[in-house]
Amino acid sequence: MSPTPPDRFEEERLGELLALLPPAPSGWTRAAQELPAARRELDEIVERARADADFRLRLVADLEQALASGGYVPRVELLAAVRAYLRDPQ
Amino acid sequence: MAMEVTDAQLVERCRAGETAAWNELVERFSRYVYGIALRAFRLPEHDAEDVFQDVFARTYERLDSLRDDSAIRPWIAQLTRNACIDHLRSGGREELIAEPLEGEADAAIEKLDEALAVHEGLRALSADCREILDRFFARDESYRAIGEVLGLPAGTIASRISRCLGKLRHELEGRNQDPGASGGW
Repeated sequence: MSPTPPDRFEEERLGELLALLPPAPSGWTRAAQELPAARRELDEIVERARADADFRLRLVADLEQALASGGYVPRVELLAAVRAYLRDPQ
Repeated sequence: MAMEVTDAQLVERCRAGETAAWNELVERFSRYVYGIALRAFRLPEHDAEDVFQDVFARTYERLDSLRDDSAIRPWIAQLTRNACIDHLRSGGREELIAEPLEGEADAAIEKLDEALAVHEGLRALSADCREILDRFFARDESYRAIGEVLGLPAGTIASRISRCLGKLRHELEGRNQDPGASGGW
Protein backbone atom coordinates (compact mmCIF):
# COMPACT_ATOMS: atom_id res chain seq x y z
CA MET A 1 0.00 0.00 0.00
CA SER A 2 1.43 3.41 -0.90
CA PRO A 3 1.82 5.94 1.90
CA THR A 4 -0.69 8.77 2.12
CA PRO A 5 0.72 11.82 0.31
CA PRO A 6 1.35 14.84 2.52
CA ASP A 7 -1.57 17.23 2.71
CA ARG A 8 -0.40 20.36 0.90
CA PHE A 9 -2.60 22.59 3.05
CA GLU A 10 -1.82 20.80 6.30
CA GLU A 11 -1.63 23.43 9.01
CA GLU A 12 1.83 22.54 10.30
CA ARG A 13 3.15 22.86 6.75
CA LEU A 14 1.44 26.23 6.31
CA GLY A 15 3.20 27.42 9.46
CA GLU A 16 6.56 26.22 8.17
CA LEU A 17 6.04 28.02 4.88
CA LEU A 18 5.02 31.25 6.63
CA ALA A 19 8.21 31.03 8.67
CA LEU A 20 10.29 31.08 5.48
CA LEU A 21 9.36 34.69 4.77
CA PRO A 22 10.30 36.98 7.64
CA PRO A 23 9.95 40.67 6.89
CA ALA A 24 12.91 42.45 5.34
CA PRO A 25 14.40 45.13 7.61
CA SER A 26 12.03 48.09 7.53
CA GLY A 27 14.82 50.52 6.55
CA TRP A 28 15.54 48.50 3.41
CA THR A 29 11.89 48.44 2.42
CA ARG A 30 11.51 52.17 3.06
CA ALA A 31 14.60 52.97 0.97
CA ALA A 32 13.22 50.91 -1.93
CA GLN A 33 9.85 52.62 -1.62
CA GLU A 34 11.52 56.02 -1.75
CA LEU A 35 13.34 55.14 -4.95
CA PRO A 36 10.97 56.94 -7.38
CA ALA A 37 11.12 60.15 -5.33
CA ALA A 38 14.90 59.84 -5.06
CA ARG A 39 15.16 59.39 -8.83
CA ARG A 40 13.01 62.47 -9.42
CA GLU A 41 15.19 64.46 -7.02
CA LEU A 42 18.36 63.32 -8.77
CA ASP A 43 16.90 64.17 -12.19
CA GLU A 44 16.08 67.64 -10.90
CA ILE A 45 19.61 68.16 -9.55
CA VAL A 46 21.19 66.93 -12.79
CA GLU A 47 18.93 69.19 -14.82
CA ARG A 48 19.82 72.13 -12.63
CA ALA A 49 23.55 71.35 -12.81
CA ARG A 50 23.35 71.31 -16.60
CA ALA A 51 21.48 74.57 -16.78
CA ASP A 52 23.32 76.44 -14.02
CA ALA A 53 27.14 76.44 -14.27
CA ASP A 54 27.49 78.13 -10.91
CA PHE A 55 25.44 75.41 -9.16
CA ARG A 56 27.53 72.78 -10.89
CA LEU A 57 30.77 74.40 -9.68
CA ARG A 58 29.40 74.49 -6.15
CA LEU A 59 28.50 70.80 -6.38
CA VAL A 60 32.06 69.97 -7.42
CA ALA A 61 33.61 72.19 -4.72
CA ASP A 62 31.49 71.02 -1.78
CA LEU A 63 28.75 68.59 -2.67
CA GLU A 64 27.09 68.31 0.70
CA GLN A 65 27.00 72.04 1.30
CA ALA A 66 25.81 72.79 -2.25
CA LEU A 67 22.94 70.33 -1.93
CA ALA A 68 21.95 71.59 1.50
CA SER A 69 21.96 75.21 0.38
CA GLY A 70 20.03 74.19 -2.73
CA GLY A 71 17.22 72.88 -0.55
CA TYR A 72 18.05 69.17 -0.71
CA VAL A 73 18.63 66.81 2.19
CA PRO A 74 22.15 65.47 1.55
CA ARG A 75 21.35 61.82 2.28
CA VAL A 76 24.10 59.25 1.74
CA GLU A 77 22.33 57.71 -1.29
CA LEU A 78 21.76 61.12 -2.89
CA LEU A 79 25.39 62.14 -2.35
CA ALA A 80 26.55 58.91 -3.97
CA ALA A 81 24.22 59.34 -6.93
CA VAL A 82 25.25 62.96 -7.56
CA ARG A 83 28.92 62.04 -7.19
CA ALA A 84 28.41 59.32 -9.80
CA TYR A 85 26.80 61.85 -12.12
CA LEU A 86 29.63 64.35 -11.62
CA ARG A 87 32.19 61.65 -12.40
CA ASP A 88 30.37 60.65 -15.56
CA PRO A 89 27.87 63.31 -16.67
CA GLN A 90 26.81 61.17 -19.70
CA MET B 1 -12.23 43.46 3.56
CA ALA B 2 -10.43 45.50 0.88
CA MET B 3 -10.62 44.09 -2.63
CA GLU B 4 -7.45 42.29 -3.54
CA VAL B 5 -5.32 44.06 -6.12
CA THR B 6 -3.76 41.57 -8.51
CA ASP B 7 -0.09 41.67 -9.39
CA ALA B 8 -0.97 42.74 -12.93
CA GLN B 9 -3.13 45.63 -11.69
CA LEU B 10 -0.36 46.71 -9.37
CA VAL B 11 2.21 46.71 -12.17
CA GLU B 12 -0.09 48.73 -14.40
CA ARG B 13 -0.58 51.32 -11.66
CA CYS B 14 3.18 51.47 -11.03
CA ARG B 15 3.74 52.19 -14.71
CA ALA B 16 1.23 55.02 -14.44
CA GLY B 17 3.46 56.52 -11.75
CA GLU B 18 1.25 55.89 -8.71
CA THR B 19 3.38 56.20 -5.61
CA ALA B 20 1.01 54.10 -3.49
CA ALA B 21 1.18 51.28 -6.03
CA TRP B 22 4.98 51.29 -5.99
CA ASN B 23 4.93 51.21 -2.19
CA GLU B 24 2.57 48.24 -2.30
CA LEU B 25 4.67 46.43 -4.89
CA VAL B 26 7.80 46.80 -2.74
CA GLU B 27 5.85 45.68 0.33
CA ARG B 28 4.40 42.67 -1.54
CA PHE B 29 7.75 41.36 -2.78
CA SER B 30 10.20 42.61 -0.14
CA ARG B 31 10.11 39.38 1.89
CA TYR B 32 10.52 37.31 -1.25
CA VAL B 33 13.61 39.20 -2.46
CA TYR B 34 15.04 39.17 1.05
CA GLY B 35 14.36 35.43 1.33
CA ILE B 36 16.04 34.61 -1.96
CA ALA B 37 19.16 36.59 -1.06
CA LEU B 38 19.38 35.22 2.47
CA ARG B 39 18.03 31.68 2.24
CA ALA B 40 18.58 30.61 -1.36
CA PHE B 41 22.00 32.25 -1.85
CA ARG B 42 22.95 32.58 1.84
CA LEU B 43 24.34 36.07 1.39
CA PRO B 44 25.46 37.87 4.53
CA GLU B 45 23.10 40.63 5.63
CA HIS B 46 25.12 43.55 4.21
CA ASP B 47 25.44 41.86 0.80
CA ALA B 48 21.75 40.99 0.88
CA GLU B 49 20.97 44.67 1.41
CA ASP B 50 22.94 45.63 -1.73
CA VAL B 51 21.10 42.98 -3.72
CA PHE B 52 17.74 44.04 -2.29
CA GLN B 53 18.20 47.68 -3.32
CA ASP B 54 19.65 46.69 -6.67
CA VAL B 55 16.67 44.43 -7.45
CA PHE B 56 14.10 47.10 -6.70
CA ALA B 57 16.09 49.71 -8.64
CA ARG B 58 16.14 47.35 -11.66
CA THR B 59 12.47 46.57 -11.19
CA TYR B 60 11.67 50.28 -11.24
CA GLU B 61 13.86 50.99 -14.25
CA ARG B 62 12.78 48.00 -16.32
CA LEU B 63 9.10 47.70 -15.51
CA ASP B 64 8.25 48.81 -19.05
CA SER B 65 10.10 45.81 -20.46
CA LEU B 66 7.93 43.30 -18.58
CA ARG B 67 5.84 41.59 -21.28
CA ASP B 68 3.25 39.96 -19.05
CA ASP B 69 2.25 42.04 -16.05
CA SER B 70 0.97 39.00 -14.17
CA ALA B 71 4.46 37.47 -14.41
CA ILE B 72 6.02 40.05 -12.09
CA ARG B 73 6.83 37.42 -9.43
CA PRO B 74 8.96 35.12 -11.61
CA TRP B 75 10.49 38.20 -13.21
CA ILE B 76 11.54 39.57 -9.81
CA ALA B 77 12.80 36.11 -8.84
CA GLN B 78 15.01 36.08 -11.93
CA LEU B 79 16.27 39.61 -11.28
CA THR B 80 17.11 38.62 -7.71
CA ARG B 81 18.78 35.38 -8.77
CA ASN B 82 20.93 37.25 -11.30
CA ALA B 83 21.77 40.01 -8.82
CA CYS B 84 22.87 37.42 -6.22
CA ILE B 85 25.07 35.62 -8.75
CA ASP B 86 26.56 38.93 -9.96
CA HIS B 87 27.24 39.86 -6.36
CA LEU B 88 28.99 36.58 -5.61
CA ARG B 89 31.04 36.89 -8.80
CA SER B 90 32.07 40.47 -8.10
CA GLY B 91 33.15 39.40 -4.62
CA GLY B 92 35.37 36.69 -6.08
CA ARG B 93 33.21 33.93 -4.65
CA GLU B 94 32.70 31.93 -7.85
CA GLU B 95 33.03 28.71 -5.88
CA LEU B 96 29.69 29.49 -4.26
CA ILE B 97 27.90 29.52 -7.61
CA ALA B 98 29.08 26.16 -8.87
CA GLU B 99 26.34 24.18 -10.59
CA PRO B 100 25.19 21.98 -7.69
CA LEU B 101 24.87 25.02 -5.44
CA GLU B 102 22.98 26.92 -8.11
CA GLY B 103 20.63 23.93 -8.26
CA GLU B 104 20.19 24.12 -4.49
CA ALA B 105 19.40 27.82 -4.80
CA ASP B 106 16.77 27.10 -7.43
CA ALA B 107 15.18 24.47 -5.19
CA ALA B 108 15.14 26.97 -2.34
CA ILE B 109 13.51 29.56 -4.61
CA GLU B 110 10.77 27.04 -5.48
CA LYS B 111 10.12 26.59 -1.78
CA LEU B 112 9.98 30.37 -1.34
CA ASP B 113 7.45 30.50 -4.20
CA GLU B 114 5.23 28.19 -2.16
CA ALA B 115 5.81 30.30 0.92
CA LEU B 116 4.88 33.48 -0.95
CA ALA B 117 1.67 31.89 -2.22
CA VAL B 118 0.71 30.96 1.33
CA HIS B 119 1.71 34.38 2.61
CA GLU B 120 -0.48 35.99 -0.04
CA GLY B 121 -3.36 33.86 1.22
CA LEU B 122 -3.09 35.84 4.47
CA ARG B 123 -4.44 38.88 2.66
CA ALA B 124 -7.88 37.28 2.62
CA LEU B 125 -7.93 36.87 6.42
CA SER B 126 -8.91 39.39 9.07
CA ALA B 127 -6.29 41.87 10.23
CA ASP B 128 -6.15 40.06 13.60
CA CYS B 129 -5.43 36.71 12.01
CA ARG B 130 -2.83 38.18 9.66
CA GLU B 131 -1.10 39.85 12.57
CA ILE B 132 -1.08 36.86 14.87
CA LEU B 133 0.13 34.38 12.22
CA ASP B 134 2.77 36.76 10.92
CA ARG B 135 4.08 37.54 14.38
CA PHE B 136 4.21 33.92 15.45
CA PHE B 137 5.58 32.23 12.33
CA ALA B 138 7.39 34.87 10.26
CA ARG B 139 8.65 37.11 13.09
CA ASP B 140 9.19 34.23 15.49
CA GLU B 141 7.64 36.11 18.43
CA SER B 142 6.68 34.31 21.63
CA TYR B 143 3.08 33.90 22.90
CA ARG B 144 3.93 36.36 25.61
CA ALA B 145 5.27 39.01 23.22
CA ILE B 146 2.28 38.61 20.92
CA GLY B 147 -0.10 38.78 23.83
CA GLU B 148 1.48 42.00 25.06
CA VAL B 149 1.35 43.69 21.66
CA LEU B 150 -2.18 42.61 20.86
CA GLY B 151 -3.51 42.99 24.39
CA LEU B 152 -4.50 39.32 24.66
CA PRO B 153 -3.85 36.81 27.46
CA ALA B 154 -0.82 34.71 26.47
CA GLY B 155 -2.83 31.57 27.26
CA THR B 156 -5.25 32.27 24.41
CA ILE B 157 -2.62 32.79 21.71
CA ALA B 158 -2.14 29.12 20.84
CA SER B 159 -5.84 28.56 20.24
CA ARG B 160 -6.08 31.74 18.16
CA ILE B 161 -3.11 30.65 16.05
CA SER B 162 -4.79 27.32 15.49
CA ARG B 163 -8.09 28.95 14.50
CA CYS B 164 -6.36 31.40 12.15
CA LEU B 165 -4.36 28.60 10.54
CA GLY B 166 -7.63 26.78 9.98
CA LYS B 167 -9.03 29.87 8.26
CA LEU B 168 -5.91 30.19 6.13
CA ARG B 169 -6.19 26.55 5.16
CA HIS B 170 -9.83 27.02 4.27
CA GLU B 171 -8.94 30.09 2.17
CA LEU B 172 -6.19 28.26 0.29
CA GLU B 173 -8.41 25.22 -0.30
CA GLY B 174 -11.08 27.58 -1.58
CA ARG B 175 -8.67 28.85 -4.13
CA ASN B 176 -8.26 25.19 -5.09
CA GLN B 177 -4.66 25.75 -5.90
CA ASP B 178 -1.45 24.12 -4.82
CA PRO B 179 0.54 26.61 -2.74
CA GLY B 180 3.39 25.80 -5.13
CA ALA B 181 1.49 27.14 -8.12
CA SER B 182 1.60 30.72 -6.99
CA GLY B 183 1.10 32.58 -10.26
CA GLY B 184 -1.84 34.96 -10.40
CA TRP B 185 -2.64 35.02 -6.67
